[in-house]
Amino acid sequence: MTSMSPRLASGLLMAPGLLWLGLLMVVPCLLVFVLIFFERGTYGGIDWTATTFDNLARAFDPLYLSIFFDSGRIAFLATAVALLIGYPAAYAITKAPAHRQTALLFLAILPFWTNYLIRTYAWIVLLNPAGLINNLLAATGLSSAPLPLLYNEFAVVLGLVYNYTPFVVLAVYSALQRLDPAYAEASRDLGANAATTFFRITLPLTASGVAAGAVFVFVLSIGNFVTPNLLGGRKFQMVGNLIYDQFLSARDWPFGAALSALLIAIMMVLLFAQSLAARRARGEHHA
Amino acid sequence: MPRLLKLHLGAVYLFLYIPIAVLMVLSLNRAGLPTAWTGFSLQWYGKLAANPKIIASAWNSLVVGFWSTAIATTLGTMLALGVARARPSAARDALLFAPMIIPDIVLAIALLSFFTLAKFRLGLHSIVTAHVVFNIAFVCAVVRARLASYDWSLNEASRDLGAGAFETFQRITLPLIRPSVIAAALLAFTLSIDEFIIAYFTAGAGQASTTLPMQIYAMIRFGVTPEINAMATIVMGVSFFLVFAAQWLNRGRLPGT
Repeated sequence: MTSMSPRLASGLLMAPGLLWLGLLMVVPCLLVFVLIFFERGTYGGIDWTATTFDNLARAFDPLYLSIFFDSGRIAFLATAVALLIGYPAAYAITKAPAHRQTALLFLAILPFWTNYLIRTYAWIVLLNPAGLINNLLAATGLSSAPLPLLYNEFAVVLGLVYNYTPFVVLAVYSALQRLDPAYAEASRDLGANAATTFFRITLPLTASGVAAGAVFVFVLSIGNFVTPNLLGGRKFQMVGNLIYDQFLSARDWPFGAALSALLIAIMMVLLFAQSLAARRARGEHHA
Repeated sequence: MPRLLKLHLGAVYLFLYIPIAVLMVLSLNRAGLPTAWTGFSLQWYGKLAANPKIIASAWNSLVVGFWSTAIATTLGTMLALGVARARPSAARDALLFAPMIIPDIVLAIALLSFFTLAKFRLGLHSIVTAHVVFNIAFVCAVVRARLASYDWSLNEASRDLGAGAFETFQRITLPLIRPSVIAAALLAFTLSIDEFIIAYFTAGAGQASTTLPMQIYAMIRFGVTPEINAMATIVMGVSFFLVFAAQWLNRGRLPGT
C-alpha cells in the first residue's frame, strides 16, 4: 500500500458518491430547466427543433397561478399548525428528565419512518362518511348525519400536519438543546415572568430551529402530490398534481418542467432565507 | 414540567399514534370495518398471502431495497469518511442536503426525463439508481454524525505502527464506526422499501417492476378494503423493527440528527 496525500485520499473517497449525486440529481434537475424552452412533440416527448418561451408564460397564466397560490395557502396553513403543535411538544420534551428525552423524541419521530401512503390512508379510514369518527359521532348521538370530513381542504391540511409535525419537533428540539439555559434564568432573575421570558428570550433564540422546521414542512407540503390526491378527492388540485398530470397524463413535458422549475425556485428562495435566519441566530449567540 | 405542557405532549403522541393503532386493530377485526368489532380473525392476513400481485410487488421492493441500500451504504460511508477530512465546503454541503429537501415529485420527473433522454431502459434497476440518490445523502449524514466524535489520532497511531491506509480502515476505523454504518443501512433500507413517488415515475410500465408502495397506492385509490389494514400493519411492523434496531445500534443517537 503506497501512501498518498490526505487531500487526494479524501478526494478519492468522495468522488463516487459526489459523481452519483452530480449525474443523477444535478444533471436531471438542470435538464428540467432546459426542457422548458422546447415545444412538446406531437406524440408527447420533446420537439428538439422548436424553441419557445410559451411554457414559462403559460405557467404564469392566472389559471395555473391560482393553483400555485392555493397550494401556497394550504402549505402555509399546514406549516402554521405544525409549528403550533410541534413547538410546545419539543419544548415539553426538553423539560422532561434528561434520561427520558431521547426516548420521547424518538417516539415523536418514529411515525415518520413508516410508509407515507399508509399514514395518509389511516386518515381515510378515520374521516370517511362510514369511518371511525363519524361512527363514534353517530353512536354518541352528537351528530345525526355523517360530517363531510374527507375529500376537502380540511382533510388535506390535516394529512400534511400529521405527516410533517415530527420534523418540527426534531428541528425545534435541537435548537432548544443548543440554547444556554443561563439566558432564561437571567431573564427570570431580572423580574420577567415566564411568558415574557419565553416570548422575548427563548422564542427569538430558537428562531433558527423554527425556520428550519417551517421550511421543511412548507416545501414538502407545497410540492405534495399524494396527500391532495388521496385526501382532497379527485377534483382537488395542487402543484404536485398538476406536474404529475403533465408528465403521466397530458404528456406535456415542457410545461410540466416549467411548473417544476417554479417549484424549485420557491424552494431555493426559502432555503436561502432559512440559511440567513440561521446565520443571524448564530451571530446573536456570539454577541 | 408544567402540567399543561405535559398534557399537550401527551395529546401530540395520541394524535400521532391513534391512526396507526386503529389500522392495526382493524386488521384483526373479522368484519374488517370500523363500524363494529365482530371478533378476532387473521383472515385478512391469509387473503394477503394468497394474493400473487402483493407477493410479487413485496419481492420487488425487497430487491430494490437491498441493492439501493448496498450501493448507497458503500458510497455514502466513503463520502462521509472523505468529507470528515476534507476542507469544509458550503457547496458540497448543499449538494449533500439537497436530496433530503427536494420535493419527491421534482426529483421523480427530473429522473424520468433524464432516463428517457439517455435511453436508459426503465425497470427495477432504474428505481435502484434513483433510490441511491437520496439514500447516499442519508447514509452520509448518519455516518458523519458518528465521525464528528471520532478520534483520528487512532488512525495516525496505526499508520505510525506500519499499517497501510486500507488495513487501518479495515482494522481500526470500520470496527469503530460499524454500528453507525449498519444503522444507516437499516434506515436507508426502510426509506427505500417505503418510497413511492420516485419509484412510480422511474419504474416504467407493467406489473414486472411494480413495488409494494405502488401496489398499495393502486389498492388505496380503489377504496377502503380490510386487506389494506393487514398489509399496513405488516409494513409498519417491519419499519418499526428496522428503526428500533438502528436506534439501538446507534446507541441513543437519533436517526436524522
